Amino acid sequence: MPKNWIAPIHALALAAAAGLILAGCAASPTQEQSPAGVEERKPGEGGPETRGAKPGQVPTIDLTSKKQAASPLTDPNNILSKRSIYYDFDQYDVKDEYRPLVEAHAKYLRDHPDVKVLIQGNTDERGSREYNVGLGQRRSDGVKKMLLLLGVKESQIEAVSLGEEKPKDPGHDEQAWSQNRRCDILYPGEY
Amino acid sequence: MSRRLSVRALALAALLLAFFGPAALAQLSIEVTGAGAQRIPIAIVPFAGEGALAPSISQIVRDDLDRCGLFRTLEVPPLTPPPTEASPVNYAEWRSRLADALVLGSVAARPDGRFEVRFKLFDTVKGEDLSGVAYTLQREQARTTAHHIADFVYEKLTGEKGVFSTKIAYVVKRPDRYELQISDADGANEQALLISHEPIISPAWSPDGRRIAYVSFQQKKPIVYVQDLQLGKQRVVANFKGSNSAPAWSPDGGTLAVALSRDGGSQLFLMSPDGSNVRRLTSSSGIDTEPTFSPDGQSIYFTSDRGGSPQIYRMPATGGEPQRVTFEGSYNVSPHVSPDGKRLAFIARHNGKYQVAVMDLATHQQQILTDSDKDESPSFAPNGRMILLATVIGGRGVLSAVSADGRIKQRLSIAAGDVREPAWGPFIQ
Repeated sequence: MPKNWIAPIHALALAAAAGLILAGCAASPTQEQSPAGVEERKPGEGGPETRGAKPGQVPTIDLTSKKQAASPLTDPNNILSKRSIYYDFDQYDVKDEYRPLVEAHAKYLRDHPDVKVLIQGNTDERGSREYNVGLGQRRSDGVKKMLLLLGVKESQIEAVSLGEEKPKDPGHDEQAWSQNRRCDILYPGEY
Repeated sequence: MSRRLSVRALALAALLLAFFGPAALAQLSIEVTGAGAQRIPIAIVPFAGEGALAPSISQIVRDDLDRCGLFRTLEVPPLTPPPTEASPVNYAEWRSRLADALVLGSVAARPDGRFEVRFKLFDTVKGEDLSGVAYTLQREQARTTAHHIADFVYEKLTGEKGVFSTKIAYVVKRPDRYELQISDADGANEQALLISHEPIISPAWSPDGRRIAYVSFQQKKPIVYVQDLQLGKQRVVANFKGSNSAPAWSPDGGTLAVALSRDGGSQLFLMSPDGSNVRRLTSSSGIDTEPTFSPDGQSIYFTSDRGGSPQIYRMPATGGEPQRVTFEGSYNVSPHVSPDGKRLAFIARHNGKYQVAVMDLATHQQQILTDSDKDESPSFAPNGRMILLATVIGGRGVLSAVSADGRIKQRLSIAAGDVREPAWGPFIQ
């Protein structure tokens, strides 16, 4: 019963508050978005576009806008947008073809010492789940070690394992398994 | 005959479950796919007045005894007046019906709304009253009471404790979520402990049956939690940098063994069940994981690839040099020691198939118990007779149980869902 009472009161209160805010904003027409303000930002992407801010208008934060500041981490033309390292069966060393990828992320992390990454190691579905957690860890530890050798700080990296639990390809053949023997490098907001 | 009938009834029940409501869909059903060579023929007469208490207590006792593979329950035509545990027993007549044992009982409603269930077990061959029990119970305790009666009968006639009133834990994978569930050993009474969008693995019962340790990926990495069954509270016990996994309880409940990658690699550590007092147990450059204590608490068995391929090792629980235990084949994992400490169940890979094997720890003789090819997570029943495991049939995860001699096989399947990661709970006082 109380729910039925409270809901309309909340709605009224919200409407009243919104009215007050609108009135307040209208009184200060050229208010800019403060850098320290509460701006919702999709992590890993550039800041969302802010429209409006003309006299008599309030600024709008449009999270649906496609036009966002390009981030090298998500720019498909940048090697930093490549995050996955694949492995042969029972293998844990980073193959030569993935060295440029790891080196690019090492450089980015050196240039952005406050950014942290999570490296998730994965295995195919064969064998014990817990042993596969160990195997996935060996893969992610390998990528971590390479990043450390390339000058990234230890505090910037966490290497973990998902074992066989999160297959990218749910199939049960070598085609699927080759997709699932993998490490992913994830930046904040991507996991 | 009766076994076949009850299997058919179960199949029908499974079919019905497939068509009706989501609550019914969650239920595990058990199918017996093999039985012991010599089964004790036993008559369980419908308890006088049991219609007042649904489900039928005598039927649950019959189902329990039939499924375990050591008994053959006989069809009993309706008797008028229905005999009770106090009725005189004509042993010769029951012998002529080929019953070696007989259970008689009664159910009576009490004025306070509770019920009284009484039963007696008789050895018809010796003409002997093997005694019985009287229970006072609430309506919702009917099923539990029936399991206790089955345990009593089982223990009197086989000499070992029954496990019908124990619980099992397992994980159900659904299209959009994972559920950590517990149920009675027959799959009834299932309850979800944890529902998550992320995987859950490795449930492990505390020795007192009150808590379950498990690994949940809800924070996008493996973290070990302990959950109190009564309070329903999830407590983080190992969340170090890296992966935290493979929890196992010491037999006294005072210590958890876990696999942590915090110092690099995957190594074994011991800790208090509240997460304090963490100390490292193994130091290898390989993967050390899947620790499990021997029942006397003196040894820890675990999986390690320190020798080049994953094999099972044993070491003192206080630390020390590990000794290799498995030598046949290049992949032996997931150890679990029998309650008497004499046998080791594990998963062996053989010709690309992952199957449950049992090793006699004194002679090191080993035997493959299953003919499936994707077995996982074997755990002994607390009386050591059956081994619960997960396997895959028709692309779907099912639970299965096999007797330690490989003769008796049961399959527990869930109508809509993929079941895995079973763990058989302890005897509960």
